[in-house]
Amino acid sequence: MQCSNCKEKPATVHLTQIVGDKMQKLDLCEDCAKAKGVNDPGGFALADLMLGLGVSQEMEKSSGGVEIKCPRCGFTQADFKKSGRLGCPECYKTFAEGLEGLLKTMHKGTRHAGKVPEALRESREQADRLKSLQKKLDKAIKEEDFEQAAQLRDELKQLTPRGTGLTVT
Amino acid sequence: MDIHKFLVSPAETAQRHGPHDRIVMSSRVRLARNLKDATFPGWAKKPERVRVFDLIRPAVESLPEMKDAFSEAMDNLSALDKQILVERHLISREHAAKSSGSGLVLNRDETFCVMINEEDHLRMQALRPGLQLRQAWSAIDHLDSELEKKLDYAFNNDLGYMTACPTNLGTGIRVSAMLHLPGLVLAEQINPIIQSVNKLGLAVRGLYGEGTEALGNIFQVSNQMTLGENEITIVERLDKVLSQIIEHEENARQTLLEKKPKVVYNHIGRAYGILANAHSISSKETMNLLSLMRLGVDMDLFPGTQRALVDELFILTQPAHLQKQLSDKLSAEERDLIRADMLRERLKNVGRPVAKHFGAPGMGLDKSAN
Repeated sequence: MQCSNCKEKPATVHLTQIVGDKMQKLDLCEDCAKAKGVNDPGGFALADLMLGLGVSQEMEKSSGGVEIKCPRCGFTQADFKKSGRLGCPECYKTFAEGLEGLLKTMHKGTRHAGKVPEALRESREQADRLKSLQKKLDKAIKEEDFEQAAQLRDELKQLTPRGTGLTVT
Repeated sequence: MDIHKFLVSPAETAQRHGPHDRIVMSSRVRLARNLKDATFPGWAKKPERVRVFDLIRPAVESLPEMKDAFSEAMDNLSALDKQILVERHLISREHAAKSSGSGLVLNRDETFCVMINEEDHLRMQALRPGLQLRQAWSAIDHLDSELEKKLDYAFNNDLGYMTACPTNLGTGIRVSAMLHLPGLVLAEQINPIIQSVNKLGLAVRGLYGEGTEALGNIFQVSNQMTLGENEITIVERLDKVLSQIIEHEENARQTLLEKKPKVVYNHIGRAYGILANAHSISSKETMNLLSLMRLGVDMDLFPGTQRALVDELFILTQPAHLQKQLSDKLSAEERDLIRADMLRERLKNVGRPVAKHFGAPGMGLDKSAN
């Protein structure tokens, strides 16, 4: 087995880390293990390394071996595996499926809860309101509470700017 | 503009004080931002990097906080200039490796430094001496709000601010503090502390950030998660953890002095002996010994000596700073000689450490038991 860091020497140190319900494996040669502080329980670089490798494993699984390419910037999964970085903001859409599980293990949540640029604040709140109304409407329809549904539909209609093509059924 | 003329002198930098600066050397909050409809710097070709740089640079320069700032493209800085900026913790080592299409804008009093086209289009940081995370956050929050009026950020309702690396996604915030923890290292309590800090989802790194060793008993503690909670929550969690680390460090120092005074005096005395008398010394050894001397100053073992002297030497003895003071390019071995000369000269008026409470004569080194 080859070292997953330098991809040169044979791997002699094997690490397994379990974060949440995800297992990450790391195989290193002796030199890389030392350099990454595997023997040092404080392990400065180790967590970063684990995180980076987890990324590509996750992405590979989700694509089922088919090479996905970002239509905007031409970035591929192989590029991501190499650098652990994405090509452009659009890549988050392109690789959304593979990234989802990854973001879950990496972060506290998968939805942004912090600062919003002022110019976008209103539209974001509006989008949130629409989303929650739509959810309530779906639920009302499912429960056959048509009185409630009609009311929600009217509310939604009022919120929806004309001509956005959002259909309320 | 000449960066050397712009930078605050090491002597003055060392005089800056902040809350808990015995242990917390500095606080920093950085935000990662990217422009809409532009490729991230690591993947962009040179013309696009230059285009983005030319768009961002004037916007940053026009901020009121950046009045009289130092603003420069990385290709106009020499390797030595860049290394000096790294040693001052103003730019990352990654940024120092960049050339055309990247740059930095640093304000007059070095409290804001914006890196353009590092890993993200914008890496803006607010820096403060001592423990001042909240102040640093509100300063950079304000700068960011000003900048968002001039630039179109890549922002997504669900994922927040889009960043080149998924680990920075959402808030794009990295809150960090640089801690001097010689007590915990000497008391061999540092590893359990690092482990428990890691368990809280915080990272502990060495002096120069990611992947570097803890030279001079200096550690950087920072948040790792950026998505799913807001900035204030992240700042306050780190603040809370730091107060606990400070307490542990103070306790460790106190306990060491009570239980193992000889061990402490031995370490500090030897550090002083070498620093004040060596004729060749590496920067690594210097930092580790200066850390012990700093501890000695904190413990009042060097009456009349200010911590600022040690902190100034921390900066001055690093390779690029040392090289800067000389006209000829030196090899590492030659630098070790010059470094030792400087240390002997600067420490010649510092008396030997005074051990206050000596144990009974012939007691020997402290027993580890009891």
